[in-house]
Amino acid sequence: MTAPIVVIGAGQAAASFISRHVALGNENPVLLIGEEPHPPYQRPPLSKKYLLGELERERLFIRPLQWYAEQNVALRLDTRVATIEPDNKRVVTKNGEAIAYDKLLLCTGSSARKLPDDVGGSLAGIFTLRSIADIDTISAEFKAGRKLLIIGGGYIGLEAAAVGRQLGLEVTLLEMADRILQRVAAATTSEYFRNLHLQHGVSLHESTAMTRLLDDDGKVCGVELESGDVIDADLVLVGIGGSPNTELALSAGLDCDNGIRVNETCQTSNTDIYAAGDCCSFKRNGQSIRLESVQNAADQGDLVARVLAGEALIYTALPWFWSDQYDCKLQIVGLNHGHNQTIVRPGATDSSLSTWYYRDDQLLAIDAINEPKSYAFGRKIIEAGKNPTQQQVADPATDLKALALGK
Amino acid sequence: MALITWKMEDGSEITADVKDGLNLMEAAASNNVPHIEGECGGCLSCATCHVFVDSDWFAKTGEVDDIEDTMLEMTDVEREDNSRLSCQIVASADLDGLILYVPEPE
Repeated sequence: MTAPIVVIGAGQAAASFISRHVALGNENPVLLIGEEPHPPYQRPPLSKKYLLGELERERLFIRPLQWYAEQNVALRLDTRVATIEPDNKRVVTKNGEAIAYDKLLLCTGSSARKLPDDVGGSLAGIFTLRSIADIDTISAEFKAGRKLLIIGGGYIGLEAAAVGRQLGLEVTLLEMADRILQRVAAATTSEYFRNLHLQHGVSLHESTAMTRLLDDDGKVCGVELESGDVIDADLVLVGIGGSPNTELALSAGLDCDNGIRVNETCQTSNTDIYAAGDCCSFKRNGQSIRLESVQNAADQGDLVARVLAGEALIYTALPWFWSDQYDCKLQIVGLNHGHNQTIVRPGATDSSLSTWYYRDDQLLAIDAINEPKSYAFGRKIIEAGKNPTQQQVADPATDLKALALGK
Repeated sequence: MALITWKMEDGSEITADVKDGLNLMEAAASNNVPHIEGECGGCLSCATCHVFVDSDWFAKTGEVDDIEDTMLEMTDVEREDNSRLSCQIVASADLDGLILYVPEPE
């Protein structure tokens, strides 16, 4: 019997791989190993509707559990892999079970960074937000009137702040950089979200570093800032980014550099091992990048299924992202790395606008806030390799649809 | 509960009972309907759950709002007058018997 294609990590990339593998009619068996007790599920709603309590758990699952059996995909959930033995082409689980593979796909994802112990990072009452289990723990603490302190003004922190306010918590958010979303977005986008959160009553502090979390008998009770000020807290959510889960890959001797290195077909430095999603780093326009997004996970998983079925393809997908906060929708297309100019295009209403990122005259990316036309037509424009001038984009009279669909 | 039928271009079809409140992108994933991906989970950011609604049923599937109308411009197979994003159609008794045609991207 042929050894199966073994997939390690039951996230969005794995689900996408399996869906495409099945849809292509590839009859090679697949075995999926996941650490969590759940089949692959969507993570984006965790910090949004699921935390708000507006989405039942079953609806997070990308496919229902029985679907995998119907497709002859074996699931090994609640199972950790201890080592990969590339020379023997097998993986060994923590329980000591050896599983042979024909091809191996690593979808090990990323982990939330934590605060170090010496600033109080291991006190009770401190949470990160990445998994169903995280939310189930946090939900019990998200009660009206409680004081929530969020460390980090990235998407996770801001989305959690929005949910906190919607559920009636007192929310304070600290960002060390001089503006929220600094690493990922232009000043106009940061400014929009700063105002949005201030209007909703978040106490938002930028350029604010903490020195330590305060300890009340083993439980966090507040934070001390560099200024010496103290802010009280009943619970703390740490949203300071993620790091790729590369331990298994490293132990298997695979090349890693801020992620498991893969080529344009998602193949690692071992020809029988592929990687997809948050855990891998790849070259784009000559630069090594790593993306934590559904789009990237799904598109890379899909690509690996096609490549293993014999299609000659390389990864060129255009990145896109989204974030929902209160009733505001941010949609992003492209990567703004290396931009040196931004153009703001007024939106159709007072609460909408889009920011267009250029490197010199080249359009790179768009942040669209409550402005789906800029997102949708902008995406078409970038995909088609069109490059509207900054003057065109800045002029609200410019018809984006005509730009996108015109010859 | 609504009995939903998805018809594929190759003439095959899939029929399933869908629980009230579920959207038809989720229902497609549960019932292994091909070519409906729903990468964004139904938040109107990907346009990968495009369907054509049988003309007799189109009005019953509800209003197409501005965001959906815009996102329909991004579909792989070009939109037509009876296009919907299936994540925006929510199952209910009113849709019992609904027929959807699934476009197949090249």
